[in-house]
Amino acid sequence: MASLWEYANPLKFMRTTDRLLPVVAWAAVIVTAVGLIWGFFFTPDDFRQGSTVKIIFLHVPSALMAINAWIMMLVASLIWLIRRHHVSALAAKAAAPVGVIMTLIGLITGAVWGQPMWGTWWAWDPRLTSFLILFLFYLGYIALWAAIDDPDTAADLTAVLCLVGSVFALLSRYAAFFWSQGLHQGASLSVAPGTRIDWAYKAPLYVSMTGFGLIFLALVIAGTRTEIRARRMKALVARERMA
Amino acid sequence: MRALLLRDLRLAIRAGGGFGLGLAFFLILAVLVPLGVGPEPDTLALIAPGILWVGALLACLLSLDRIFALDFEDGSLDLLATAPVPLEAVVSIKALAHWITTGLPLVLVSPVLGLLLFLPAEAYGWLILSLLLGTPALSVIGSFGAALTVGLKRGGLLLSLLVLPLYIPTLVFGAEVVSRGAQGLTVGTPLSLLAGITAGAVALLPFASALVLRINLR
Repeated sequence: MASLWEYANPLKFMRTTDRLLPVVAWAAVIVTAVGLIWGFFFTPDDFRQGSTVKIIFLHVPSALMAINAWIMMLVASLIWLIRRHHVSALAAKAAAPVGVIMTLIGLITGAVWGQPMWGTWWAWDPRLTSFLILFLFYLGYIALWAAIDDPDTAADLTAVLCLVGSVFALLSRYAAFFWSQGLHQGASLSVAPGTRIDWAYKAPLYVSMTGFGLIFLALVIAGTRTEIRARRMKALVARERMA
Repeated sequence: MRALLLRDLRLAIRAGGGFGLGLAFFLILAVLVPLGVGPEPDTLALIAPGILWVGALLACLLSLDRIFALDFEDGSLDLLATAPVPLEAVVSIKALAHWITTGLPLVLVSPVLGLLLFLPAEAYGWLILSLLLGTPALSVIGSFGAALTVGLKRGGLLLSLLVLPLYIPTLVFGAEVVSRGAQGLTVGTPLSLLAGITAGAVALLPFASALVLRINLR
């Protein structure tokens, strides 16, 4: 029985992802393209929001992945701290820039939608505020990675920062909800009964959410592979110097 | 441990610079804001709780890098790490020393600065109480940030980038207590949440800081 932990071996990881990456990357391109084209051109205009409703096909998937990327970093950091698998630490490092971009896309598309709908680019609404705070946490995490030379020390320190940061990010979210009343609507997608949005929108939305998930996966795999290669190169250079 | 606390306090007071610098910064901020915003008492009274809390936060931030950096440079941090006292206790004591030299003076001068900003009379008690409850969390969270960046050459800027997001919950609840107090509303909920954050941070964060210090001293 093959265990998941086998992929903690960089060699095995590289060999598997070598075959996996093109598949995931192409799937990401195709699924996202289908979702976005379907969403932008083959859905009806909303009777109140007009065609601005279609920004949902960018906004919701990117916001979803912005949060999921942090959760993935949290899990990867835990695995690194507990089991000391280097691939895990590098995957967490590779996920952070993707998460930042997803957060930015979520914030920018939200602002673009909010201008005609709410009449303002920005409001200090709890959801918007907690997203901005998430953005700050990402920046701190990336800056700490960049500041430390020794790779193992950097991995350890950023992992601890990710754990502590998660707690405070969650606290900040509830603090933001406590602090201000919201302008942002509640969750549009929910497993709870009662339809909030029509299937005409929901189906392409699910497709583009899957597409964004695949994009994230492809970018993280590619980023991790780059990190592993960079690490190998450094080892080769070091060996050269010793000889 | 008491010896360590007294040593840190003496160093902070006699070595100059760190002690009092935060206070001066807090004062300057309270002077600059009316100069920038304008002298209308109503406007100032409205923003006073937030300004005082943000000022306390930034003043606290100023002296954070001194918590571990000096001891790291002259090697005494290595001695402390190998001492029979657990590193978690050392971290807590250092955070306490930081609070006594930075947080406590801020609490004591805050009513005077409140006067400058036309803080409503009902809010003074809540201002002092919320700062008294909140500033220990600032010192403890800050000591975690200081432990993270202790080995870095230019850690100061990075330290602010790491620590300020962690200060958000404390700031939100602390400022909320004061502004509710100023409007004569009940303050029980934010006050207990603020106290909860402080209690949680004081109880748990020293373990994270000690872990991070051990990694940095490796």
